[in-house]
Amino acid sequence: MRRFSWFNATSLTLGFAFLYLPMIILVIYSFNASRLVTVWGGFSTRWYGELLQDEAFLDAAWVTLRVAVFSSTIATVLGTLAAIVMVRMGRFRGRTLFSGMIYAPLVMPEVITGLSLLLLFIGIGLDRGIFTVVLAHTTFSMCYVSVVVSSRLATFDTALEEAALDLGCTQAQAFRLVTLPIIAPAVISGWLLAFTLSLDDLVIASFTTGPSATTLPIKIFSSIRLGVSPQINALSTILIALVTVGVIAASLATKRRADAAERDARAAIRT
Amino acid sequence: MSQTVFAPWSDPGAKPLIEFRNVTKRFGDFTAIDGLSLGIYEKEFFALLGPSGCGKTTMMRMLAGFETPTEGSILLSGQDLGRVPPNRRAVNMMFQSYALFPHLSVWENIAFGLKREKQDKDAIDARVTEMLRLTRLEKFKSRKPHQISGGQRQRVALARSLAKAPKLLLLDEPLGALDRKLREETQFELMDIQEKTGTTFVIVTHDQEEAMTVASRVAVMDEGRLVQVATPPEIYEQPATTYVADFIGDVSLIAGRAKPAGERVEIAWAEGQPPIVATSETSLSTDQSVHFAIRPEKVHISKERDETRPNLLQGKVEDIAYLGNISTYHVRLSDGTLLKAQSTNHRRLANRGITWEDEVYLSFTETAGVVLTE
Ligand SMILES: Nc1ncnc2c1ncn2[C@@H]1O[C@H](COP(=O)(O)OP(=O)(O)OP(=O)(O)O)[C@@H](O)[C@H]1O
Ligand SMILES: [Mg+2]
Repeated sequence: MRRFSWFNATSLTLGFAFLYLPMIILVIYSFNASRLVTVWGGFSTRWYGELLQDEAFLDAAWVTLRVAVFSSTIATVLGTLAAIVMVRMGRFRGRTLFSGMIYAPLVMPEVITGLSLLLLFIGIGLDRGIFTVVLAHTTFSMCYVSVVVSSRLATFDTALEEAALDLGCTQAQAFRLVTLPIIAPAVISGWLLAFTLSLDDLVIASFTTGPSATTLPIKIFSSIRLGVSPQINALSTILIALVTVGVIAASLATKRRADAAERDARAAIRT
Repeated sequence: MSQTVFAPWSDPGAKPLIEFRNVTKRFGDFTAIDGLSLGIYEKEFFALLGPSGCGKTTMMRMLAGFETPTEGSILLSGQDLGRVPPNRRAVNMMFQSYALFPHLSVWENIAFGLKREKQDKDAIDARVTEMLRLTRLEKFKSRKPHQISGGQRQRVALARSLAKAPKLLLLDEPLGALDRKLREETQFELMDIQEKTGTTFVIVTHDQEEAMTVASRVAVMDEGRLVQVATPPEIYEQPATTYVADFIGDVSLIAGRAKPAGERVEIAWAEGQPPIVATSETSLSTDQSVHFAIRPEKVHISKERDETRPNLLQGKVEDIAYLGNISTYHVRLSDGTLLKAQSTNHRRLANRGITWEDEVYLSFTETAGVVLTE
């Protein structure tokens, strides 16, 4: 055991307070009975009840969820394919340019991405709505997936694929039966990354959406402009709870898998 | 050895299983394989030997279908392999790195190729079980590759490549990662498997002893070319060039000028020294520059001058390498040439008599060495 140190304890407390105090305040005020956000009026869950009655919020949540699932799934497929081409194709003319172009949207200001997509959609006469938001989110989250997957592919032993071909697989079978299962963790974390990026995107969504499809961040942002309502606090608390549960579940699953692998290894040594 | 000697390469009627016809492979402007022609016969255990970078792996990869020849063609059972993709060839390869699928168990790794053939489940089961027994892996069948030892992994790789009963099995330095004892065991295991299955093996190795032990024929390569293809005894006793003589085993080379005299040839190798008398199968012209190559174990070393020997040279012991069963003496001749002689240590604490700086006599018969022109 390290010795207790006032310095460490203070740093820890300050750090965590900095990170979590705003959220804790938000959670507490979501149970406030008073309509005034800054005045404590006793404990109540009425804002949660009202939230569940509010069609507009429920709609927005449903839109957001659909956008996130579709865009992250498409982005994962495209991003994985792009990563494979970049890592596997070897040297061809303009390869550096291509890989640079894939990663450029990572550093591009969101406003610019949003604006250029908006101009494109207007240009080709596409009606703005959920479809265009999905397209826009796919575009920018694909680069993130591609970065995650290509860093895994860079250390992937191509001899494994050759062995699969040698044993009678077609290229497609070799990918499905050997490469994909091995890089699956990277693909899944790419999907999760794309999903969360899509969930909390405000800027690009506001550029590319139409009146028919309001996402949750847009809805929250616009209602804040009319003044903070306790309903928003309730909604945010629910989101925080969901994210927390998700993160814990994911880490538990990973841990369970690691434990299982360790158990296998131990069993292997014993026999 | 069986009564009928296995030597299809000396039978003009025999058709090779694999035929390289003037195969050249270039990577950019670098020539890795240079106009190579070669026939490998069914049931052969063919070893490719050569220094690093001479093109051994490239040859294997062309056979497996991962590279295509820039020029020339490769035939398998008389059929041009041309652009036949790897999955359509009756050829399997055991990778130097084993390339086991990490997400599959030992059983699934071995069954992988069989499942692609759409065989029914019982047939696959039976075949995998047979392979597990052959490679003594029954106990490990449900483990993942990271849960078994290096030697076991190597056997899984072997079983996996054998499972489809390929016409041709390619082994790229299959035993490189094993310690000496396991390596020797596995060599015999390989030969045993080859005998049982009748598969044709092509093996790449850096270890010439390994090549000599397992192979029916050995090919010595240098810079993308074949220097000599012959049986292990031929390669050892009748190397075609000084390169082969030097590459395989220990040898002393003496440069000189030939003077043919009937069956024999006299080699003048130093001023004021009697010529070396040897026999030569190739006809030589007078004063042709040649090398005389002789293996250390064929040179007799003694302190007494024995006039009855046809070749008798005098020198001084410069170095002695004691290897347990044998000792190798490095003897400096009067003109500065170094000649190696070997003697067996028959007795345990024998007074071996010869020590450093001793004046000794080296002698050998007319047929002990070979005369090389290249
Ligand atoms: N894909 C490639 N691109 C360019 N050069 C290559 C390629 N593959 C092999 N070479 C070159 O071809 C030559 C032969 O390579 P190869 O791998 O066949 O050697 P090797 O005989 O197997 O050597 P080692 O014993 O070290 O494995 C080497 O000089 C190598 O650099
Ligand atoms: Mg090699």
